[in-house]
Amino acid sequence: MIQYEKTTENIAILTLDNPKLATNVVNDEFLTALDSHVKRAWTDSSVMGLIIRSAKNDFLAGGDLEALLKVTQMQDVLTLVRKLHATFLALENAGKPVVAAIAGAALGGGLELALACHRRLCLKTEKIQIGLPEVTLGLLPGGGGTQRLPRLIGIQPAVEMMTTGQKVNPEKALKMGLVHELFENADHMVAAAKKWIGEAAAAKDKDGKPQPVQQPWLDKKFKIPGGGVQSPGAYQVFAASNAMAAEKTFNNYPAPRAILSCVYEGLQLPFEAALEVEAEYFAQMVVHPVAKNMIRTLFFGVNEANKGGARPKGVAAQPTQKLGVLGAGMMGSGIAYVAAKAGIPVVLKDVSLAAAEKGKSYSAKISDGLIEKKRLTVEQKEKLLQFITATDDAKAVAECDLIIETVIEDRKIKAQVTRESEAVCAASAIVASNTSTLPITGLAEASKRPENFIGIHFFSPVDKMPLVEIIVGKKTSDTAIAKALDFVRAIKKTPIVVNDGRGFYTSRVFMTYVQEGIALLKEGVQPALIENAGRMAGMPVGPLAVADEVSLDLMYHILKQTVDDVGAKHVDQNALQVSKLFVEELKRLGRKSGGGFYEYPLSGKKFLWPKLKEFFNPAKIQPPVREVEQRLLAVQAFEAKKCLDEGILRSKTDGDVGSVMGWGFPAYTGGALSYIDFIGEREFAKQSERFKK
Amino acid sequence: MQEALIFDSVRTVRGKGKSSGALHTARPVWLAKTVLEALAKRNRLDTSKIDDVIFGCVTQAAEQGQNIAKISALYAGYSHLVSGFTLNRFCASGLEAINQAATAVMGGYYDMVVAGGVESMSRVPMLSDGGAWSVDPDVANKAAFVPQGISADLIATLNGFSRRDVDSFAMQSHARATKAWEEKRFQKSILTVTDVNGHVLLERDEMVRPDTTLEGLAGLKPSFEDLGVKFGFDSLAIQRYPTVEKINHVHHAGNSSGIVDGAAAVLVASREAGENMGLKPRAKIRAMALTCEEPTIMLTGPVSASRKALAKAKMKMSDIDLIEINEAFASVVLYFMQECGADHAKVNVNGGAIAMGHPLGATGAMILGTALDELERRDLATALITLCIGGGMGVATIIERV
Repeated sequence: MIQYEKTTENIAILTLDNPKLATNVVNDEFLTALDSHVKRAWTDSSVMGLIIRSAKNDFLAGGDLEALLKVTQMQDVLTLVRKLHATFLALENAGKPVVAAIAGAALGGGLELALACHRRLCLKTEKIQIGLPEVTLGLLPGGGGTQRLPRLIGIQPAVEMMTTGQKVNPEKALKMGLVHELFENADHMVAAAKKWIGEAAAAKDKDGKPQPVQQPWLDKKFKIPGGGVQSPGAYQVFAASNAMAAEKTFNNYPAPRAILSCVYEGLQLPFEAALEVEAEYFAQMVVHPVAKNMIRTLFFGVNEANKGGARPKGVAAQPTQKLGVLGAGMMGSGIAYVAAKAGIPVVLKDVSLAAAEKGKSYSAKISDGLIEKKRLTVEQKEKLLQFITATDDAKAVAECDLIIETVIEDRKIKAQVTRESEAVCAASAIVASNTSTLPITGLAEASKRPENFIGIHFFSPVDKMPLVEIIVGKKTSDTAIAKALDFVRAIKKTPIVVNDGRGFYTSRVFMTYVQEGIALLKEGVQPALIENAGRMAGMPVGPLAVADEVSLDLMYHILKQTVDDVGAKHVDQNALQVSKLFVEELKRLGRKSGGGFYEYPLSGKKFLWPKLKEFFNPAKIQPPVREVEQRLLAVQAFEAKKCLDEGILRSKTDGDVGSVMGWGFPAYTGGALSYIDFIGEREFAKQSERFKK
Repeated sequence: MQEALIFDSVRTVRGKGKSSGALHTARPVWLAKTVLEALAKRNRLDTSKIDDVIFGCVTQAAEQGQNIAKISALYAGYSHLVSGFTLNRFCASGLEAINQAATAVMGGYYDMVVAGGVESMSRVPMLSDGGAWSVDPDVANKAAFVPQGISADLIATLNGFSRRDVDSFAMQSHARATKAWEEKRFQKSILTVTDVNGHVLLERDEMVRPDTTLEGLAGLKPSFEDLGVKFGFDSLAIQRYPTVEKINHVHHAGNSSGIVDGAAAVLVASREAGENMGLKPRAKIRAMALTCEEPTIMLTGPVSASRKALAKAKMKMSDIDLIEINEAFASVVLYFMQECGADHAKVNVNGGAIAMGHPLGATGAMILGTALDELERRDLATALITLCIGGGMGVATIIERV
């Protein structure tokens, strides 16, 4: 677990090296090992100091999430963190210098261990991430991070870092005072660590007595950088941070507030009492259902999906050699960009060369933005652009082994481009549709080789949205599924695999959110209340704002198409009537036409169309916001459950991951299906009664 | 039960509450001493007969700490037999002091008491006493804390008060205060503040601007927009009032109460105690009420408190001749008038805190004195005094001349 070595200079080097896992994590076993090695070093009076480094790519990646997911008793959490605190305190309080030599990611418990050292050295490698991201999984830094970090860098930057979970690179860490010095290579770093230990161990005070090395906050004259809790500056920081936490979380996520409480309470206490306060809040978070939901879905669920959990067994790797993208609109351009970024050559085809070139220029635009932020070089941009060939020639996709069409949602046009592609490409090539609603099995009818036909549904904007929904048609082969999955993996997105059906999983469930918003509006609920309730429930935007983004004519088009295909009783009548009203009578199509449910002034923020009340008379008595929130979430959970029951979804995990990453279903619930467990079966039965039409 | 009678009231002029303000050199105990001395002197009080000095003071830190009421009584040369206590009912502390005094007189705890308040906002800044409300993360969250300016803007938003509405009200406050000063309507109670050698520091309320115009007010930048938008307080207000799409930020330095320094004191006693000292009562406390409303909207308390006080006095709003409501923010007064059907012609007839300032702990006592002086000047009978208070509270007191 940890290798111990005593150098000729009488310095103990602890090398973290978990034999069972790819990364070092903090768990009981690790702490036992660390504790024994620290004791060993400090009982050897010839040891003058200690260096901690790692044999892995990571320094120390943080807590053992598997263990944290399982634990249900606060007492068990407290036992573990008290053990950690005792070890870290023993490490830093021996009076002898301790240096962390960081050559890889120091996140969560990793950074916390480094903070319990007296000096932090780090490699100057851009990729190294340093931070306390616990909040992103509903937790807080429980290894003393909420206490050591603000004492080191001050309340405001520490609070900001911990409540956002922001990770920084070594340069930024140096600027923030998280680390003391950066090095080009590991040998120089260790040499510098040894040199510093030698100097620190030999340091004498002004009376010539040996000066024990200690953490700055143990000094009697220590002042918290930027001022303590009871200072005017900190009052403002806390007042603002409290409000911003409530603004951001709508009080659905308890961790940011718990972090603030740890800092507020802990920084007014002696160090060890402060650690106890942190331990109690940490235990509260670990056993909290929100943390469990976030860890299960955002960590284990997403990891499983990323690893290709749904990939058919026994199919050889299916790398995409050359990608064809048909249609260079918003989606096509985005797909071309992410593929080129992954080093896959792309043929981007549209009806005219100008349109195709315009699609390619989207990649240039994104790259320029990244160059400005210094996250890309001009050379990298040029290289990326070279991967994209813009063309108006349907034959140009001849050599592509994966072709994705992104043309408009019209069966005839989709059938035509499918046939055109299949006419020129190899028989083994996989043809995919990026449709968001049209059943794949039906589209596959236009294909000569329906077993090679699949749905690969991207979300807009492609470069930002992390999810891809892969849709398996009736005849789709395992090879095609593997091909799609391997491609999604190559472009570093998270795939879910679902079976065919109208709207598949994501669009189908997501649309119920919009439809419920429209139903509420028709019932006389005030538009602002609907929109606020959507956000307060944890959705990224209100349902009416979503309708405007999707555009009402697209919604109307899809609903009409559904009526044509399967009959009027299969569509939401409210949505059909209202979208018809907006498209045919009001000519308000949404954001793109400058107005829908909202007005979009040229300067300033959008606001709800004041005339909505003329068409949807607000009721005298408005429902409690909580009730509106519940309806807006429950309607989605109800539909998701139907998808699972009907076999559209192949797993609950896909349903949860797809909902959170695909359309921003609130992560605190664990996802659209976990929502049911989160609120309880009985409560859900009550909330969803009205949806059983 | 004995009646609680008001025998006299005094207040200092109000100085701008910043380091350039005329009263900045006057320590808070000096302001308190000024009113206590004047009250004792002009009524020839035997201070040994005073049971207590109750002062409202909101920011009880630094030189306003350590029970400034008792310390000021000693400093003002009152008999050492006089007790003292300092209370904090936020912005209504001065009126609360009078209500506490009246209640205790009625109940027989006191016979004679001085009630009032003091606040040197230039020397002891607001919020410098710390506290958990907005700062402690767990508390701020459960209390859904927002700054009062956001509450005032929320009231304006919910009631459709436009920027012009609140600015017009502010302009009238200045116009009325200007006229009141011109006609010497404050004469009876007003005290010039001097330095230790008797040199005048200030003899008129420093903030009043006779030249205030709507155009001038229209040019001022909203004070709470940044707080609301950048620091999330608008969102907090909307989370409590989710039918609101957007907070309309209409308040600014010109239509909110001014930050000032000042003190006030009122002599409250039983009839017997007053007569024993040869004093003639001017008014009696007819009813008092305390209420508390939802803490995010925070400033609507005067409505419920006034209704409660009227019910206790078995009166209707139309029975009240004059109303003094603290002009914490213009929307507070507009909301009060709208909800209570109070005629602006009866409300804050001599201007209010928008024009003259709001020395937190003292204001309640100051506006009670203003109401009493004006009742006498106009020869009217009843007045209602009310203030909105942090945390959603409201206090109202009805006085009647005797």
